Amino acid sequence: MNIDILLVSLAGVLAAAAPVVFAVIGETISERAGVINLSMNGNILLSAMAAFAVALATDNIALGFLAGMLVGGLVAAVLAFASITLKQSQVAVGFVLALLCRDLSYFLGNPVMGESGPRLSSTPIPFLSGVPLVGPLFFKHDVVTYLSFALIVAAWVFLFRTRPGLVLQGIGERPAAAFARGADVNRLRYFYVIVGGALIGLAGPTYSLSVKAGWKGAISGLDGIGWIALAITIFGGWSPLRAAFGAYLFSLLQWLGLALQPLLPGIPAQVLQVAPFPLMILTLLLVNVGNAEWVERTLARLPEPTRRLLARALRKLRATPPAALGTPFERE
Amino acid sequence: MPDARRFGLLVQVGAVLLALLSTTLVLLATGAPPLEAFSSIVVGSVGSWGKFSDVLVSWSPLLVVTAGLLITFSAGLWNIGIEGQVTLGAVFTTGALFALQESGWNPALVITLAMLAGMLGGALWAALAGALKTFGGVNEIFGGLGLNFVATGLNLWLIFGLWKRPGVASMSGTVPFDEAFSLPTLPGSRLSLVAVGLAVLSILLVYFLLKGTYFGLRLKAIGKNAKAAYLLGVPTWQYTMLSFMLCGMFAGLAGAMQVTAVYHRLIPSISSGYGFLGLLVAMLVNFHPAWVAPVALFFAALNIGSIQLPVVLKLDSALAGVLQGTLVLFVLMADGVQQKLMRGALRSEDGTAERGESA
Repeated sequence: MNIDILLVSLAGVLAAAAPVVFAVIGETISERAGVINLSMNGNILLSAMAAFAVALATDNIALGFLAGMLVGGLVAAVLAFASITLKQSQVAVGFVLALLCRDLSYFLGNPVMGESGPRLSSTPIPFLSGVPLVGPLFFKHDVVTYLSFALIVAAWVFLFRTRPGLVLQGIGERPAAAFARGADVNRLRYFYVIVGGALIGLAGPTYSLSVKAGWKGAISGLDGIGWIALAITIFGGWSPLRAAFGAYLFSLLQWLGLALQPLLPGIPAQVLQVAPFPLMILTLLLVNVGNAEWVERTLARLPEPTRRLLARALRKLRATPPAALGTPFERE
Repeated sequence: MPDARRFGLLVQVGAVLLALLSTTLVLLATGAPPLEAFSSIVVGSVGSWGKFSDVLVSWSPLLVVTAGLLITFSAGLWNIGIEGQVTLGAVFTTGALFALQESGWNPALVITLAMLAGMLGGALWAALAGALKTFGGVNEIFGGLGLNFVATGLNLWLIFGLWKRPGVASMSGTVPFDEAFSLPTLPGSRLSLVAVGLAVLSILLVYFLLKGTYFGLRLKAIGKNAKAAYLLGVPTWQYTMLSFMLCGMFAGLAGAMQVTAVYHRLIPSISSGYGFLGLLVAMLVNFHPAWVAPVALFFAALNIGSIQLPVVLKLDSALAGVLQGTLVLFVLMADGVQQKLMRGALRSEDGTAERGESA
């Protein structure tokens, strides 16, 4: 394969991962605040449909993206209200919203299904796009792909290098302690759940107005992506950098599946598209197994050098969720 | 207490009305006539014996799946991998039928063995999710979701590969089985009384298991507080695995029904979404086994009734899902409102009591 084609393909992998990056970072923020947003799958579909419909009606792509974020924020607000104010199970409400929003998107999107709508055009960055290797890879994309690059860095800096980011970590880890230090835990949770939801809602339009432009209802091929993103968030260990890495890895694997298909004629394309999942389960196992009790017991029985080596490897991989994830905060 | 119960009922009725209202608003938003849409669903589901028998056809697997889910919910587990377990049930049933159809054995025996194989398939797939949870520390929601995708991939690989139709493999599934290997249906309909009977038996079994046995009691203890249950001597991980496998067994039975009573072959979307729908039903009835059968019947009626919406009113049949989803959402929220109000009432009672004591 010639290098130029390879570069274009890899650039395509980066662009295709952009919506997943938005979704996993949105979910990471929400979960860091202590609220798991299980509605992601429906949220992405509904925001994709809404954005496409709005962009089609107004012929304005920016309004479409705005509509997508609005939908994402609204769905998250429903989740926040039901789980924070009404103290219902986050998982239950999120799951219902996931199914409800999916069906809503199919039902409401019926009139615009299959219409040809606007699509975000690419904006190569002057000078930088001319740099060999790096240019075609990173600087010949559309605006939202650049935004996805920027978001990874911004989210990381915010979370780990700013004071509000520290408070955000606090309300998910030790809400009672954060509260004692003057943080209004529930109000902040509302805020971050909605911000996270708006980012998830950015994933929808990135599909329907850029990566997979258009709205084709149930055959849009978007059903399932939210569930994938949810798993990548766990794989990402609630860190924006690692989550983004997971999103790129997934995108790369899906591309590889398609690229390698001519070499494996016996295997249908649909199978190769799910090929990343066994790998995903394996990685979930790797990042979680360090938390299991029997591993510690087994490790204790091993000879010292082996034990230390294995323990260090497992600790590196391990991802521990925010301590208060999934539990409502009640002030005593 | 009767006051609280009456109040609770009032809140729940309010939730149902809100769900109907918001679905009406959704219909109005698309410019569709709401009354015609609702009446079309009613006519399409109970308007004739033919339609109603279709409702019962879809009720059976839904009821079986939900019965299984009550077991995992009792143990406090979110078995989202249920879709994959239904799929694997169908895959194992199909495999057994392919293996035994030329054997010359009595078809009734072959079908029975095939359905047992389906139950085994569902149980094994559930055991994977259970093992990931108990030995790998992988939350059952994420492990289950991943396994769902793997099950879909496996199913497609079989349909397009190993079991492909001679000539051209296609999304329409494997070669249909000989009629002898289908569950017997009532004349003039697709309804199999065997499937309905198995479904009713499943929910009765689960009802008894959860309400009348120590096993059920211990499961609930784990669901309420796994640590406390463990300290009190309940073998926690064994029970967790067992509840996964029992649930998977029922899911597998539903998959087996899909093959032997509904499609008579393996198709790509063999689970028909019954796994996720079962999760909704279980949530809506707040995990009370007694209410599962009627609510599952209602959900099945909505699904069947909405099939003709695209033809009659040019609406998408996802309307059924919209109504089901809003219903569960509002009932969950109503539950929250009720608890909040009751907590408030308790707190003010406590307050008066304390003041009384200090006086």
